[in-house]
Amino acid sequence: MQLSRRGFIKLTGAGLAASSLGALGFGPAGEAMAAAVRPFKLVAATETRNTCTYCSVACGILIYSMGDRAKNARSNIIHIEGDPDHPVNRGTLCPKGAGLLDVVHAPTRLKTPRYRAPGASEFKEVSWEFALGRIARLMKDDRDKNFIDKNKAGTTVNRWTTTGMLAASASSSETAYLTWKVARSLGMVVFDNQARV
Amino acid sequence: MTNTWQDIKNANLVVVMGGNAAEAHPCGFKWVIEAKIENSAKLVVIDPRFTRTASVADKYAPIRPGTDIAFLSGVIRYLLANDRIQHEYVRAYTNAGMIVKEEFGFVDGLFSGYNEDTHSYDKSSWEYEFDEQGFAKVDETWQHPRCVINLLRKHVDRYTPEMVTRICGTPIEKYMEICELFASTSAPDKAMTSLFALGWTQHSVGAQNIRSMAMIQLLLGNIGVAGGGMNALRGHSNIQGLTDVGLLSNAMPGYLTLPYDREDTFETYMSTKQFKPLRPGQISYWQNYRKFMVSFQKAIYGDAATAENNWAYDWLPKLDVPLYDIIRAFEMMDKGEMTGYICQGFNPLQAFPDRGKIRRSLGKLKYLITMDPLDTETSRFWEDFGPQNPSKPEDIQTEVFQLPTTCFAEENGSLVNSARWLQWHWKAAEAPGMAKSDIWIMSGIFHRMREMYRKEGGAFPDPLLHLSWNYTDPHDPDPEELSKDMNGRALVDLKDASGAVTVHAGKLLDGFAQLRDDGTTASGCWIFTGSFTEKGNQMARRDASDPREQGIAPNWAWAWPANRRILYNRASADPAGKAWNPGKPVIEWNGTQWTGIDVPDYTPTTKPSDSVGPFIMNAEGLGRLFARDQMAEGPFPEHYEPFESPSENILHPKVKSNPAARVFADDRAAMGKVADFPYVATTYRLTEHFHFWTKHALINAILQPEEFIEIGEVLAKQKGIVQGGWVKVSSKRGWVTCKAYVTKRIKPLIVDGKPTHVIGVPLHWGFTGQARKGFGANTLTPSVGDANTQTPEFKAFLVNIERATGPAV
Ligand code: SF4
Repeated sequence: MQLSRRGFIKLTGAGLAASSLGALGFGPAGEAMAAAVRPFKLVAATETRNTCTYCSVACGILIYSMGDRAKNARSNIIHIEGDPDHPVNRGTLCPKGAGLLDVVHAPTRLKTPRYRAPGASEFKEVSWEFALGRIARLMKDDRDKNFIDKNKAGTTVNRWTTTGMLAASASSSETAYLTWKVARSLGMVVFDNQARV
Repeated sequence: MTNTWQDIKNANLVVVMGGNAAEAHPCGFKWVIEAKIENSAKLVVIDPRFTRTASVADKYAPIRPGTDIAFLSGVIRYLLANDRIQHEYVRAYTNAGMIVKEEFGFVDGLFSGYNEDTHSYDKSSWEYEFDEQGFAKVDETWQHPRCVINLLRKHVDRYTPEMVTRICGTPIEKYMEICELFASTSAPDKAMTSLFALGWTQHSVGAQNIRSMAMIQLLLGNIGVAGGGMNALRGHSNIQGLTDVGLLSNAMPGYLTLPYDREDTFETYMSTKQFKPLRPGQISYWQNYRKFMVSFQKAIYGDAATAENNWAYDWLPKLDVPLYDIIRAFEMMDKGEMTGYICQGFNPLQAFPDRGKIRRSLGKLKYLITMDPLDTETSRFWEDFGPQNPSKPEDIQTEVFQLPTTCFAEENGSLVNSARWLQWHWKAAEAPGMAKSDIWIMSGIFHRMREMYRKEGGAFPDPLLHLSWNYTDPHDPDPEELSKDMNGRALVDLKDASGAVTVHAGKLLDGFAQLRDDGTTASGCWIFTGSFTEKGNQMARRDASDPREQGIAPNWAWAWPANRRILYNRASADPAGKAWNPGKPVIEWNGTQWTGIDVPDYTPTTKPSDSVGPFIMNAEGLGRLFARDQMAEGPFPEHYEPFESPSENILHPKVKSNPAARVFADDRAAMGKVADFPYVATTYRLTEHFHFWTKHALINAILQPEEFIEIGEVLAKQKGIVQGGWVKVSSKRGWVTCKAYVTKRIKPLIVDGKPTHVIGVPLHWGFTGQARKGFGANTLTPSVGDANTQTPEFKAFLVNIERATGPAV
């Protein structure tokens, strides 16, 4: 009997009759065990395909979350494992990828924008409106003050060197493209990513 | 990578040098094991430490950090002296026979054209001789004394086995055995793959480390073939994508380059880009540069980019220096020349060289913005965390914004893996709390600034006001829409020569051959054209079938360029079009066209008799054993010592380190001397950690909970350092106290007759997250970069080590 791993999980979790478990070759001990285990928790979970966020082997992963994506139902990720269909990792993960669930739920995940005023000894929580408004003001003031439209020779150069940016090499290419557009349309040249570190 | 991860299994010889794949890329390294088991491949590891990769190697050789060029130049000498090169390949596919200008030379460590004041070269002599038609002259017989192969022979002649072992500290018999293993793959049907990573790039001669091996691979005929190639095992999950999309100071998407001040008009800019073929009949693909460039400007500026305004060329910022790299950025910051800095998913306080300088510089900013899912050290640089981050917050006037972002599991989008595959991923959950995506945040900043410019006016607002932004939700563009922008579309009905419409206006393009230079097509990243077509999102393809199980999987996701999985695959076949290795052909000529398991480098009907070279991005169509003017420090690699080195340069004492490196005066003053810092240090990752994020994940923090260094038994004994005891490691720039791991895996090397000790410094610690508080390796590292890329020299520097007492508990 050919049964995919995922199909197997579905079958057993759905309370498979002992006789057909026997047909899978488990024998009486397997039957007794199958009867004793509670329905496998991933059966009710939603499966999402994703990629390990760490290194560029880019192992395929399956993320399992509670919640069925219905509006007002908040998904909660409960399990992450290697994608057995992926041609590179074929279901395996290394010690980094195997810990992905813990980074998703790290206690140091940030949840609120925070702001530290000059000289202050701590952060305070602020609204997005405050943060983005203040950032746009600071950036514009600096750009207006220091933008170089022509160099000494009179060539149009349109560059802004006094505010710089480091872009994230774990972000998607789509994020990267949008970031490029915004940074360069402002004339930013001090601009880099993790390619070198 | 020129090849794929799975293709490693086709190798006969795997050389890991400049990396540690078993620990840093474990799930990719399984293909090395596959090669050993299924293909009887041999694994050679050359590394200062006996790593886990070395532990499964057939041959392991130690090497002093920073001496790889000497080692590899010696290998080139061996191959040439013993005539162990793949002649037919070298003759047909490399520039071995090209004749170099008479003015070219190399004396006492310097190539012709050196300018001592500017630390740079006039490279005009690093060039071929040309005939009346502008084609490079060739001597097919290799008799001419100035043809490339003879100049190379002369250049590497100094790298005798004795010289190599004096410089590198590698035992001579191990070195000779490895030379012979390399040479065994000169057989046309044998392939060697080179796997490398930051162990090669993070040197002041990083790019030349890689070139040295690429030259060996050309001489052995190992580029383009199954199981061969130069395989850079890249770092972050989308570091390839960020590079492809051009998020580097001098880059634009698809490896177009930002203009320099001297390129004052669009035509001047273009005049240096559209390389004319240097040999008859060659493709020289950059001849299409204008199509890529105009289509790009149309993608980002839409109707505002017109032929009349030269496609808004002036709206691109121009560069007055080669690079505004990170070392320069922090130099500027330290001098008070910068106001603001945005760190998107980036933690420079831990990641950049000379952490003291980084902390000091951040404190001189008016504002710092961090966008990250995690609580990074950088966002808290101003806080006092004791010796690991001493600070007086009241003295630091920087405004800091710590913006919470989504992580990988909370977004849709594509990542480009090391093998150039664009793989789509899907969102599994909402972000915690008020965290938002980087797309939302960048859009928010953009809209607010544009609104301010509309209301208040200000410095040159045109590019901002005209930036095309045709997204369904302008405040949170859908990643699919951004992908389609990058793929590109027709702006009018595109017609062929007969007048028939090939692509209707508004439709997505199938490939970059459809791009035009008259403003009728738009494409945000030409190498991605074909990734999201009218047939749908090609990056989301999940058919893992693999013809002949040869590790190509052509219908899984999508690879740039044009879904080609092995770059330069034309070179997998001989000049007549037959596979060098009949057991593992990639593409072959069947009499009318190229067929096989991969997408050919060029039009499938190009006849072998047309002699079109496989290296289509080079104007010669050939692989370069002589780099012309492409490198900062010379057209051939040369051994230069790391900037902090325990040894003189025994080849040319007057030119010790890379003469073309850019070193800022204060960074030079912060270099240590061997008298004070007698040991060589090198930094690296552990398999349980990825940079500074995983210490936020509980399981990883449990697996490797605290900062330590690795020291060999001999030095530990000399210094009275015991297993697990506390040590203080210091460089001219700072110090770290942590525990010592005394190991058999690092042994002293005999360099020029003297014992040289190496200390290993894993890099993962900091003062946020769940692991114990630490300093971080970059407290010690020097601020000097590779002369071409400015990649910092993290892999070879000088330290001292002493026994210490631990912190009071
Ligand atoms: S699981 Fe490990 S090898 Fe795979 S992508 Fe993640 S970090 Fe890389």
